[in-house]
Amino acid sequence: MYDVAIIGCGIIGAATAYELSRYDLKVVALEAANDVANGTTKANSAILHAGYDPEPGTKMARLNVEGVKLAKELCEKLAVERKEIGSFVLAFNDEEMKTVHTLFQRGNQNGVPDMRILTGDEVRAMEPAISTEVVGALYAPSAAIVSPWEFCIALAETAVRNGAEVKLSAKVESIEKKGETFLLHTAAGEVEAKYVVNAAGVEADKVHAMVGGHTFKTLPNRGEYFLLDKAQGELVNKVVFQCPNPDGKGVLVAPTVHGNLIVGPNAEGVDRAEDVNNTAAGLAFVRKMSVKSVPAVNFRDSIRNFAGVRANSDQADFIIEESPAAKGFINLGGIKSPGLSSAPAIGVEAVELLQSCGLALHKKETFIDTRERTVFRHLSPEEKAKIVAENPLYGRIICRCETVTEGEIVEAIHRPIVPRSIDGIKRRCNAGMGRCQGGFCGPRVHEILSRELNLPLDQILMDEEGSYILTQPTKEGK
Amino acid sequence: MKYDVIIIGGGPAGLAAACAASEKGAKKIVIIERDKELGGILNQCIHNGFGLHYFKEELTGPEYAGRFVEMLRKTDVEVKLDTMVLEVGQDKVVHCISTREGYQALEGRSIVLSMGCRERTRGAIAIPGDRPAGIFTAGAAQRYVNMEGWMCGKRVVILGSGDIGLIMARRMTLEGAKVLACVELCPYSNGLNRNIVQCLNDYNIPLYLSHTITDIQGKERVEKVVVSKVDENRAPIPGSEIVFDCDTVLLSVGLIPENELTRSAGIAMDRRTNGAIVFENMETSVPGVFGCGNVVHVHDLVDFVTAESMRAGAAAAQYAVGQEAGGPVLEVKTGNCVTYTVPQHIRRENVEKTVEVFFRVDNVYRDMVIQVKDGENLLCQFKREHMAPGEMEKIVIPRVHLDKVQGENITITVEKQ
Repeated sequence: MYDVAIIGCGIIGAATAYELSRYDLKVVALEAANDVANGTTKANSAILHAGYDPEPGTKMARLNVEGVKLAKELCEKLAVERKEIGSFVLAFNDEEMKTVHTLFQRGNQNGVPDMRILTGDEVRAMEPAISTEVVGALYAPSAAIVSPWEFCIALAETAVRNGAEVKLSAKVESIEKKGETFLLHTAAGEVEAKYVVNAAGVEADKVHAMVGGHTFKTLPNRGEYFLLDKAQGELVNKVVFQCPNPDGKGVLVAPTVHGNLIVGPNAEGVDRAEDVNNTAAGLAFVRKMSVKSVPAVNFRDSIRNFAGVRANSDQADFIIEESPAAKGFINLGGIKSPGLSSAPAIGVEAVELLQSCGLALHKKETFIDTRERTVFRHLSPEEKAKIVAENPLYGRIICRCETVTEGEIVEAIHRPIVPRSIDGIKRRCNAGMGRCQGGFCGPRVHEILSRELNLPLDQILMDEEGSYILTQPTKEGK
Repeated sequence: MKYDVIIIGGGPAGLAAACAASEKGAKKIVIIERDKELGGILNQCIHNGFGLHYFKEELTGPEYAGRFVEMLRKTDVEVKLDTMVLEVGQDKVVHCISTREGYQALEGRSIVLSMGCRERTRGAIAIPGDRPAGIFTAGAAQRYVNMEGWMCGKRVVILGSGDIGLIMARRMTLEGAKVLACVELCPYSNGLNRNIVQCLNDYNIPLYLSHTITDIQGKERVEKVVVSKVDENRAPIPGSEIVFDCDTVLLSVGLIPENELTRSAGIAMDRRTNGAIVFENMETSVPGVFGCGNVVHVHDLVDFVTAESMRAGAAAAQYAVGQEAGGPVLEVKTGNCVTYTVPQHIRRENVEKTVEVFFRVDNVYRDMVIQVKDGENLLCQFKREHMAPGEMEKIVIPRVHLDKVQGENITITVEKQ
């Protein structure tokens, strides 16, 4: 019997598990996919928004501003790459300047620090690559970029080190209410829990329906992106937004914490969570809109396209409440943008909500709130020499685009949540994220996974269940 | 540690450079190779057709590499395997790392860059669709099949008609896979003609010219690809879609010289080749740093890599003993139909009898003449019956013609006969 079962281990589920792991509780996070961070969390703009977008007074406004404050400390302590680089919202005409002023006022009401309104020339003095058509912009220095999957993995791993459990490939198929408790039927067996937290992202409405709740409907909305080579990574040094529209924050151009340039997204309603395909029209739209802000973006340097689905809903605000249909069942639904930014605060809020529903909280005597990670390419020559002397595996570069060593890959495999796929390794130590996109290191990472997990080569996956790589041995390979 | 010549990369280019440097009398030579054995990509090229020019016989890739490894064994060249170069400093200090020797900084009187190239990926060409497993660069598939002994698909569509894709069409077929199509965006093939014949035609694999993949479907593993015809602007034509049920897509859509180290060393680059700008002896803009093979420009034939790399190795050895090349520079300009040249710069005084110039053309042509001009003056010309972007051209210009040049550049142009 668990005290709390969390459904979904994306950034929201992981933040909740992390906060709950401070207390003497039996907590389990149930993830449908074979790895954490595998839905919306891995495919978004990777931005911690300053907090000027949401309407003042909403949960989104409050949790965004609180969330990014918490994220600053969490990322530092949990060794998550985060850079506070600031953001612009560009205006191309007087109408859009009005929007900029509105956002400025909202930001002030929401408590966003140090914002300024700049003229077009001031904008270009700071970011020379920005279009000469820009007449002004809102500048918010507290906006940051982050590695969203790493953030989620760090929170989930640390929760596990503090005693929480994460069950992978454990899609919840149905939920039975048994007296005071819930019986969850999952792909990985039955789980009984006193409280349930629904952090199922785009699927949250379906999960809510399992206990008879129908108070909100998720409206999946796809955003498509280009990721560009590091050669373009310094084209701009801030997050460059256009004025927001009803579907989202418009097409942005921004550096990533890994040194690439991210360009996107569009916004298009889709039917299902799994509709993460790229479309010719979507990519063409992103190209067209992005060069309006930054004309010099060179798409010849594209190394990857991807798409993610926002967990938009039919409600204006985040849905953070006890379900009216089931006592002890907490919805964290409709977590659209700024969901990543708000996640740490949503985790805290979820715990408070559980407490108000009767969950008794007793702090653990010891709580691990730090995490260490060796990133070889960030080390000085002296540190590199030292670590190779201690562990020779750090002397073998596996991913040459990103300079990732065998030592880092082996270390990632033996962390609390075990990655079983090549993409799982990519999300934990960047191998395969570079310009050759795993063309060189893929087969080598494949071998290391096979060796370390003691699994035959043909059982190692590219990503999710069913994403097999090899079919059969060659005629002479048997 | 101080060396006469440090060679970065032990593939065909680095091997030939080392042999030549040693023959020219350089004493302390080292090859730094990131893999566990020498030979580079040749080791996974188990098909034949290597060495026709250089050895006058047909060898497989590993055999071709083996010949050079044998030659190297008779020299004092040091080889560091399983060692990765992290940085080449502007001071010609090479920072490298290995499990065996840890972190090292090696100083070279001269350096040869021979890191080769990598394959263009799906992301580089923005193919729409799902992103399932089963999409491989042809070279990655080749590694699985030829090095690991594993097949990576049963029903295959190949995008691009580059040589590795063509070779893999045959290889996958021989291993029992069904190759449904080879799809090429251009109205002509980008591979060697002999590979079209031997790898596609001989196995009845259809080649779809002026076609491209416009959608990939499949959530976990590839299930279908949609192929569309393209118009003269290479835009897909609606209504021309062909759907293939397949589990695998191999990409053979071009190679990119791997020049991260070159750029970090502050060497001037050529946007057309994506490699360093080089002189007649393969020296880059940084004196004493040479480049050769696919890191300078992508070759079709390893034999030409060898010849070019021997020049680089010999020149690196000369530089190491203080014989620096110098003198006035002639720029080689590209005229009609010519997309780039290597070398881009020629120092006449450094040319003994002849200089070899490599280049590619921008389309398929018949009955053409290659002209080398000094302004309007024709210096020399070479006839060609057939020219194609997939087949690198080589001309040999005698020094006597260069001596006649009045200006500061020569132009290589291709005209109708």
